[in-house]
Amino acid sequence: MSIFVNKDTKVVYQGLTGSQGRYYGMLNRDYGTDVVAGTNPRKAGTDVEGVPVFANCTEAVAATGANASCIFIPAPGVFDAVMDAAEAGIEFVACITEGVPAHDEARFFNMLKRDYPGVRLLGPNCPGIITPGECNIGITAGHIAKPGGPVGIVSRSGTLTYQALYELQQKDIGVTTCVGIGGDPVPGTSFIDCLEAFEADPDTKAVMMIGEIGGSAEEEAAEFIKHHMSKPVSSYIAGVTAPPGKKMGHAGAIVSGGKGTAAAKMDALRDAGVRVGLNPTEAGELMAEIVAEL
Amino acid sequence: MLPAVDLFEYQGKQFFRSYGMPVSDGDVAFSVDEAVAAAERLGTPVMVKAQVHTGGRGKAGGVKFAASVDDVRTHASNILGLDINGHVVRRLWIEKASDIAEEYYASFTLDRSAKKHLGMLSAEGGVEIETVAAENPDAISKVLVDPAEGLTEAAARAWVEGANLNPVATDQAVDILRKLYVAYVEGDADLVEINPLILTPDNRVHVLDAKVTLDANAVFRHEDYAQYDETQPRDEREEAAHAKGLQYVGLAGSVGVIANGAGLAMSTVDVVNQVGGKPANFLDIGGGANAQVMANALEVINNDPDVRAIFINIFGGITRGEEVANGIIGALDAVDIEAPIVLRLDGTNAAEGREILAPHLNEKLVMEPTMLDAARRAVAMAAA
Repeated sequence: MSIFVNKDTKVVYQGLTGSQGRYYGMLNRDYGTDVVAGTNPRKAGTDVEGVPVFANCTEAVAATGANASCIFIPAPGVFDAVMDAAEAGIEFVACITEGVPAHDEARFFNMLKRDYPGVRLLGPNCPGIITPGECNIGITAGHIAKPGGPVGIVSRSGTLTYQALYELQQKDIGVTTCVGIGGDPVPGTSFIDCLEAFEADPDTKAVMMIGEIGGSAEEEAAEFIKHHMSKPVSSYIAGVTAPPGKKMGHAGAIVSGGKGTAAAKMDALRDAGVRVGLNPTEAGELMAEIVAEL
Repeated sequence: MLPAVDLFEYQGKQFFRSYGMPVSDGDVAFSVDEAVAAAERLGTPVMVKAQVHTGGRGKAGGVKFAASVDDVRTHASNILGLDINGHVVRRLWIEKASDIAEEYYASFTLDRSAKKHLGMLSAEGGVEIETVAAENPDAISKVLVDPAEGLTEAAARAWVEGANLNPVATDQAVDILRKLYVAYVEGDADLVEINPLILTPDNRVHVLDAKVTLDANAVFRHEDYAQYDETQPRDEREEAAHAKGLQYVGLAGSVGVIANGAGLAMSTVDVVNQVGGKPANFLDIGGGANAQVMANALEVINNDPDVRAIFINIFGGITRGEEVANGIIGALDAVDIEAPIVLRLDGTNAAEGREILAPHLNEKLVMEPTMLDAARRAVAMAAA
């Protein structure tokens, strides 16, 4: 079992004809992902290494039965791409693109909620999602993830998502699904959405959560864990030593006025019974302890 | 991703004016003579206001009332060059003075928990809103706006009526705040704040200060925002990194840090600290980092005289191992790197990358298998 995507997921790549879309679309296909279509209104009727290209998602869905999409469209086109996927009835949309304006994100998040409540959006500015051995959508290097379980991973940071997978692989621990939710101000899928899904997934026995300074998503997740999770959680928060008021790359990662500090997040998580490591390796070691106790 | 863009007060006022909001007439001045010329054009009395990207200007003596041109000369010469919280005043805003009957506070920003726009309005303006929020939270009237729906006239009116402003201000406040919302959304701002929004003795509602932070990710649809980029405060190292399009934050240590991805870069800074070192910087070379990007990053770090060792921490997802390897080799050819480099390389095509690098390894370029090992080595080298 897994959350959100599995071996039956059929994926259309919005922007398959671009250099990034083609590179990762083909890597994902090589991994075993069912890559059924691409979109590009100017290249409809062509194909990318045998994958047919359609003008939009509605046509791609009609022809191929795609039920998920992966967006590699440049930032100015992301708003339209998200709405194109939703209008086509696609249930799961992973948006890898970074640099999407915050107002676009806030607008399509709320438009999906209002008009297409069945659509789950992941990202933007995220590495995607991998159910090891079944389906890899996005830019995660598939070989660093050991299939099976019992651990689910949810992370706000791209490269730290890989680091988390790698730490577990080094310890021969399998992963049910690893979700990179991205570091932008309005993530389509939140920590809580993933924790809830992992709690309901019978094959996931424990969860590793990677957070970052800034915002209050980790504190909200801690509250959820405290009241609604029976499964053990280990965690790491990046930016423990970040100076206040400095913007550390992600729109999300800024500490202001004592709010959103790593210390506050770690305290909230510890208070919820989460085992908190001071670096990704330590969080991996804590997860190994948890798995040994299962 | 680019960082947000902070506007000076005068830029913020020009931005607000372009959306039809009432702001005071004024001029920018870079010298005492320019300040005097501005005052002569505007007619006294005027305000002489330091333009810096920090709060607390008033307390620091950076905002003065000038009844005469002589006063302008005195205040301008005192304020230019003043250090306000580490920001040296290089420019002034000279504007017509306003009579104030009441001071209010108004802003829009994103409520990240609610994933909606948050408007805040208070009859207790002119002071720090954090203080009002802590001591008298009921004095702040809030409105959550659904970004898919926008701010309706009725919602704006209910919000204003909840703030207990002087009733004569209501209609004008509703109009100004709806324009403020349009500026916030159409202008792609992360934050728009007016503190104070004033009521004059002759019952006009007027924008007396402006704090605007723009979303640099939206520059593609606002070509004119390039002008603001030039006025961002950066230290010399940050300026050099910015010119090369790198995500760099200067810190005060001896271990130069290069990593791919903001999370990993932050984590690298953490780990260097945890093993007893002091990072010299945060540098994220981002997703599609190629040889040129790596060379640029090494060049920026190399120009920091405090750097004694460089820790390159790459986990390949979107960045491929062989690109990283070729980047390092290319950079070593192009730049005479003084400090020793410790490299940790994992992820997509890491094996290929390591193979490319193997013949180039020596005492100034070493590889370590894990992040912690590499951090310890770099810290030891920086101390040697």
